[in-house]
Amino acid sequence: MTIPSHANVLVIGGGNAGLCAAIAAQEAGAQVVLLEHSDQQERGGNSKHTRNLRVMHNAPTATLDNSYSAQEYLDDLLKVTQGNMDQPLTEFMIEQSATLLPWLQRMGIHFQPSLSGTLSLSHTNAFFLGGGKALINAQYLTAERIGVKIFYHAEVTSIHLEDGAFKSAAVTNRGFKQTITADSVIFASGGFQANKAWMKEIWGCVADNFIIRGTPFNQGTVLKSLLAQDVASVATPEQCHAVAIDARSPKYDGGIVTRIDCISFSIVVNKNGKRFYDEGEDFWPKRYAIWGRLVAQQPEQIAYSIIDSQVTEQFMPPVFPSMQANSIEELAQLIAIEPSVLTATVTQYNNALASDKKTAQYNPKILDQCRTQGLTPEKTNWALPINKPPYYVYPLRPGITFTYLGVKVNNKAQVLMNDGTASKNMYAAGEIMAGNILGQGYCAGTGMTIGAVFGRIAGEAAACQLKK
Amino acid sequence: MSVEKIAIVEIVDITNNNTPSTALVEAERIANICNACRYCEGFCAVFPAITQRRNFNEHDLEYLANLCHNCGACYHACQYAPPHEFSINLPQTLAELRAETYQKYAWPVKLGSLFHRNGLMVAIAVVLAMILLLSSLLLFQDRTPVFTQHLGAGAFYQVISHQAMVALAGTSFGFAIIALLVSFIKFCRANTITLAHIFSNNVLVKASYAAGTLKYLDGGNGQGCHTKDQSFSNTRRYFHHAMAWGFVLCFLATSVATLFEYSLDIMSPFPVISLPVILGSLGGLGLIVGPLGLIWLKIITDPKIISIKYLGMDYAFLLLLLCISITGFLLLGFRSTSAMGMLLIIHLGFVFALFLILPYSKFVHALYRFVALLKFYHEQAATKK
Repeated sequence: MTIPSHANVLVIGGGNAGLCAAIAAQEAGAQVVLLEHSDQQERGGNSKHTRNLRVMHNAPTATLDNSYSAQEYLDDLLKVTQGNMDQPLTEFMIEQSATLLPWLQRMGIHFQPSLSGTLSLSHTNAFFLGGGKALINAQYLTAERIGVKIFYHAEVTSIHLEDGAFKSAAVTNRGFKQTITADSVIFASGGFQANKAWMKEIWGCVADNFIIRGTPFNQGTVLKSLLAQDVASVATPEQCHAVAIDARSPKYDGGIVTRIDCISFSIVVNKNGKRFYDEGEDFWPKRYAIWGRLVAQQPEQIAYSIIDSQVTEQFMPPVFPSMQANSIEELAQLIAIEPSVLTATVTQYNNALASDKKTAQYNPKILDQCRTQGLTPEKTNWALPINKPPYYVYPLRPGITFTYLGVKVNNKAQVLMNDGTASKNMYAAGEIMAGNILGQGYCAGTGMTIGAVFGRIAGEAAACQLKK
Repeated sequence: MSVEKIAIVEIVDITNNNTPSTALVEAERIANICNACRYCEGFCAVFPAITQRRNFNEHDLEYLANLCHNCGACYHACQYAPPHEFSINLPQTLAELRAETYQKYAWPVKLGSLFHRNGLMVAIAVVLAMILLLSSLLLFQDRTPVFTQHLGAGAFYQVISHQAMVALAGTSFGFAIIALLVSFIKFCRANTITLAHIFSNNVLVKASYAAGTLKYLDGGNGQGCHTKDQSFSNTRRYFHHAMAWGFVLCFLATSVATLFEYSLDIMSPFPVISLPVILGSLGGLGLIVGPLGLIWLKIITDPKIISIKYLGMDYAFLLLLLCISITGFLLLGFRSTSAMGMLLIIHLGFVFALFLILPYSKFVHALYRFVALLKFYHEQAATKK
């Protein structure tokens, strides 16, 4: 089957946002063509690495505890983004999220209670049975069943606009070039984090040491083409979801298993053997998304999380084994840090603990205030002495999940132009417009909510427009 | 560090000095990655069992292998499945390891490995041998009974004498029971499962329910398992039910028949409307529908998620059950004709061959799976405390 020369609704990108858009549009009566850059095995963009989405709900559901009000949801997002968002649009998204679960269930997606080790998300985030790839599989099966025409190996290389409206897209399909026109288009092709050249334009050589946690197909080609044609942008290019992951991770698609969860039980030093941030500032799920940026600011973008044998069972097992040694000196040699410097750092840290031993009892389940005093920087919770060999170390690098620079949209998911008008036939959903909601920071599960809410709205709106 | 080097913690081999098998090493590599991911936790018992551990020794992995029903859900949902460089294929790896445990815990081990190498050939040879043996019995008596019509009570015993039939059935079935019992005990010991564990915390009830309903073939939410693609279906579960419950009904039919003959002095052949014949016919139907369906599913199932090299023993067992049922129905249909003698010999040939092969056949999966389920529910109860 070859790609047709025209579609009612063209969807570019086959992750959660694209599939939600395609299914919504097809169900509303449109003939939908979906173009996915990858092959069938690697389809699904970053969505295949996800596991949940954040939804508001006023009462417990089969898999969600208690309730999560619109206000709570908004407060959580305001806190992480520090207000750097389109607030009316965010409020609209939160409202829409309330009806997502049954809609997704109709596609054959099943939900389950929160996974072990994720109890803190049990009232905010609905977990997909089997994770994001199971969700993607169900969405593709549904899309195929209802007649969406899906093409793999279909890379969109540029977008052609005329008078602020979509005209056609240039596509390379298995090496053959062609163009496709459409009555409307939905952009769901993600951010640009996998485009090394673009990342280096923003970050310089630092970007050489970034690991991309998700799909290598998010090259930002469509985004770049749009921004060059008077489409309004949101968020700044250096904003992204970045976490500290194991430095030994694969260059792309390492996904969830590369995370290191021991940071709050450890001390983290840079290449010079010095600590640089409060490891125990808050619970790990609330802090993991700042550590990518913190490591990126260190020399050579590397850091080391060091623990001793007391805490080895207190965090999720990492995928790569730790490096270990029986003394701090030996450990320093393993990671090429001057042994005397690392020993001094550890000794200073241990000494800063001694004075306050009686007041706080170590307890990983609460903010235990078991802390250092007079150290720069302090460690304010879960600070145990590092003195029980063997010692273990995990090397850390910045792991980039997705970039926030995107196209500006309104609450019909319509793409906005620089003069503020809404394009009459262009829509966007997912990471390519996530910056409207997330100007900075991150709240677990928000990405999938953005994809599903705006994908659904874009699909319905694009199909509805045909009937006019 | 390359992926191959991930966490190959030294595998402690308690039972022998052999180097760990490829499947064992691979299962350990994968279990460590699964433990860091945990996305599949809702599918079946394997993943909650993984999260209870931080390291995996040989017995842990054998336990996981026998908890797995090869439904394929975790393969299709895996973000690390090929072509990803982690190249994770848990169902296939556990299928291979599982078959290795069938050999390892077989008694005597030598017979187990013979069958595992050439399942189908061995099964055919045993069937032929049994038919030959039964036929040779005829040499000791007048040659006519086999081709003569026999009617009325005790008709079967005019072809094969009652003593010979009891001796052959008793020996082959007795042997199967002993061999299976030894394997069961060996596997329980390896898994440190004791009678006390089995009979506390409702462990036995929960495990029996899970085994009887094939709970862990439901994909975690009732949608079933995968065969040829990413779609879910309960077909395999239904066919397996037909086969397993058919097997149970046939076993009951035989037990009732024995009871009739010994306690009530009612001799076979029994009338069509009688408990043994009704039970046997219902069971026999299950043993035709079930194995045929399962063979069909094996043919269409994505070869990526199954263990190709042990398919022979799978097919051998299914075909044996199918042949027993077909010859049983033929015997029922033609028992009042002169074909009865030959049909009886062939039917009994299959039945006795099944008994002999039972401890080394795919049948043992029921045994080891049950032990694994016992261990699973015991561990779950122990964790809650």
